[in-house]
Amino acid sequence: MITLTVNGKPVEVDDSDPSMPLLWVLRDTLDLVGTKYGCGVGQCGACTVHINNVPMRSCSMPLSAAAGQQITTIEGLAKADGTLAAVQKAWVALDVAQCGYCQSGQIMSATALLRANPKPSDEDINTAMYGNLCRCGTYIRIKAAIHAAADDIAKGGVA
Amino acid sequence: MNAVSFSADAYFAEVMREVEAIPTTRRTTLSRRSILKIGVAGGAGLVLAFQLSGKAFAASAPVKGEFAPNAFLRVAPSGRILIYSKGPEIGQGIKTAFPLIIAEELDAAWSDVDIEQAPINPAVFGSQSAGGSRSIPNSWNQLRQAGATARAMLVSAAAREWRVPASEITTQDSQVIHQASGRKLGYGALAVKASALPVPDGKTLKLKTRDQYRLFGKHFGGADNAEIVTGKPLFGIDLKVPGMVYATFTKCPAVGGKVASANLDYLKSLPGVKDAFVVEGTGVVSEVMPGVAILADSTWASFRAKSALQVKWDETNASKDSWSESTKKARELASKVGEQEITKSGDFDAAYKGAVKKVEAFYSYPFVSHATMEPQNCLAHFKGDSVEIWAGTQTPERIITVTAKMLGLPENQVTVHQMRAGGGFGRRLVNDYAAEAAAISKQAGGIPVKLTWTREDDMMHDFYRPGGFHSFKAGVDAAGKLVALSDHFITFSSDGKGPVAGGNIPKEEFPFPLIENGLLTQTMMPLKTPCGAWRAPRSSTCAFAFQSFLNEVATAAGRDHVEFLLELMGEPRWLVPDNQGSLNTGRAAGVIKLAAEKAGWGRTLPKGHGLGVAFYFSHAGHFAETAEVSVDAQNKVTVHKVIVVGDIGPIINMSSAENQAQGAVIDGISTMNLELSIEKGRIGEGNFDEYPLMRITGTPQVETHFIQSDFTPTGLGEPALPPVAPAVANAVFAATGQRIRSMPFFKNLANQAQA
Ligand code: FES
Ligand code: FES
Repeated sequence: MITLTVNGKPVEVDDSDPSMPLLWVLRDTLDLVGTKYGCGVGQCGACTVHINNVPMRSCSMPLSAAAGQQITTIEGLAKADGTLAAVQKAWVALDVAQCGYCQSGQIMSATALLRANPKPSDEDINTAMYGNLCRCGTYIRIKAAIHAAADDIAKGGVA
Repeated sequence: MNAVSFSADAYFAEVMREVEAIPTTRRTTLSRRSILKIGVAGGAGLVLAFQLSGKAFAASAPVKGEFAPNAFLRVAPSGRILIYSKGPEIGQGIKTAFPLIIAEELDAAWSDVDIEQAPINPAVFGSQSAGGSRSIPNSWNQLRQAGATARAMLVSAAAREWRVPASEITTQDSQVIHQASGRKLGYGALAVKASALPVPDGKTLKLKTRDQYRLFGKHFGGADNAEIVTGKPLFGIDLKVPGMVYATFTKCPAVGGKVASANLDYLKSLPGVKDAFVVEGTGVVSEVMPGVAILADSTWASFRAKSALQVKWDETNASKDSWSESTKKARELASKVGEQEITKSGDFDAAYKGAVKKVEAFYSYPFVSHATMEPQNCLAHFKGDSVEIWAGTQTPERIITVTAKMLGLPENQVTVHQMRAGGGFGRRLVNDYAAEAAAISKQAGGIPVKLTWTREDDMMHDFYRPGGFHSFKAGVDAAGKLVALSDHFITFSSDGKGPVAGGNIPKEEFPFPLIENGLLTQTMMPLKTPCGAWRAPRSSTCAFAFQSFLNEVATAAGRDHVEFLLELMGEPRWLVPDNQGSLNTGRAAGVIKLAAEKAGWGRTLPKGHGLGVAFYFSHAGHFAETAEVSVDAQNKVTVHKVIVVGDIGPIINMSSAENQAQGAVIDGISTMNLELSIEKGRIGEGNFDEYPLMRITGTPQVETHFIQSDFTPTGLGEPALPPVAPAVANAVFAATGQRIRSMPFFKNLANQAQA
């Protein structure tokens, strides 16, 4: 067994296969299915989680490397009482999603960006979001929602 | 069982006939009795290990005190209104749009409405498929009636309560109002009384007129937004039931190959692997082709074992298709007239001969994949005399018919749960992945199996948008008017009889019905690679060829493209008289003029910039789009802004409509730059590194305008896409004088720059 810290809570997981990517540990073992499988090779960003506040592709991170790190998934962004974080609120307010499949990954990347850079330019957004594909083509609203969340954060909202 | 078939053409023909049929007489019975049936069909969803957010899949029987005049809605005494959305949500927004139509006629306050996915039961709901942008037009009357029925009954209940004539009662925001006496009652307070009333005859209902709409055309967020942003299980791939195993399925990379041998014993010795076996399949590509199933205790264990799988394929009958060979052959055919005539008007040869200016060009586009973000997957549980299936699909009814036949079960023993689908674009009109999961569950002895395709499986086993070739000739007269147009369309056929799915041009396809002396012919080359419906089938490719070539003709004639298009449209009329699903030249002219106006057509552009325009009519939608691009010295193209102008009648949900239009533009730009290579029957691309969908950096500004004409609203999933590619190509020509006649655009342009 190995201990992971997921969304602030320690959890014990079977490490008989330490090469298992964190993505599948989250989805199949811990039932945290908000983190999505899109490509498995670090190309699409659907599997993005935060490792010590840095956005990482969980499909490309073996379980062994995740031990002892602070892991945050989409399920860990809202407060325990259900209050959404600024990025989630902006995503709802601007009705960003089409099919919605890529959006957990988009939101994780956007959240990491705003925590590091609360007032990003369009260029900053392009750089930070480059690794997240959206097949439905919601990039315009993603950009707008990141700006909206930045405005919210400037007024005291929480990223 | 069907004969072995590598093509899904017949399947698509049937599906499209079904979704495109305008329902007239066959109408869903909106009776109360139908409600009970729903409970039965959906009862088995409770085995989920963890609940889906919201209330699982299926309607339970209405609770006492609830007003449930039909299967589509319930009004609780609390005043909450539950509306069932009957169609598959694939990202097109139908889970919000359908309930909006019901709520509009019901005159409900949107904030009172809760939405749930309806169980799959076509006997109750009518068609529950999503394809051909037909969801809205085909369900428009049915859903309006469902809402209006409930409203009429609530009004009757209030009339009895207040002892006033129903005609004196109005409704608004989930309330009945008697203006004269100042009385008001919430719908919830009338639920019990309305339930006791007879359901009125549909013919007596008065539906709203345009000026009475309160909801339509405003911005509404998607029904599942809260679940999406918090990562709740919504998609097929998110499901888990007790005792479930995780499966992969590996088929021959060249369609039609069979398993000669596989290292099954070795696979079974791998950690986490529970079983591995050969599935013979039905040999029908829209069902189950032969392959190797690996069952494991996690997705990862199944994927890892898959990478250790060694199969010897028997490719005797497998596809040997080669795109490079097809391209060579098509070029040889280009100078000829096609073997079959699709349509003909006037006398092309004479008109062409007499033309003052002549233009010839050869256009081509490659095969592309749907590449939905959620790879195909399905959870199936075969239980001996029944089967339960959870899937993100565009055609849930088809899962019932296909699986029942395959497993030898009566259709009422197949329960399908509609899951939110991570993209459709036509891919999920075929449920091969569901048939596979069901077959594997059965062969594994009846355990629940979640089959997940890898991205590579998904890319290599699609029903592709077929590549194609157009050899054009056009002639203009002294006045610069288009007097002759011919196209030799070179396409593919799987049976030698008709073109592959998505690789046909019907004789009505714009612009031929408008051409005085036109000749549209076709030649078919043999193909085994499965083809299908890819967002705006045929239109998305024909638009590129036709609308770029029309720009060549306009340019050769020294004409302004906008003016040239308007001249082509002529007098306002329906091209097929009395058919409001056909092109209306007045609506077409309307969108073209507005697009030109919004784009500032004719203005002076910055150096290196070009403005292009294109019009297309597809899926009953009229769309004109302009693109402004710039091209640098290395022929690198930047698309700055695209303006979309559409006429699809009244807009139901403006937020979703704008999102669809933006998505169509991005899809259009993304796909004009993609290609699949096919050699030895194999798709050469496997993952997104080799099939680079557009990323956020390529995104242009998009401006959307809708002319909300008074016609029945039509769908928006598809018709905004076709004009994108030709508008960009024409803009590149305007900027550089370089004509783009093949996809992928930017790669070919960059190669030209180097050459
Ligand atoms: S699934 Fe990890 S980047 Fe695509
Ligand atoms: S919303 Fe469908 S992939 Fe992004």
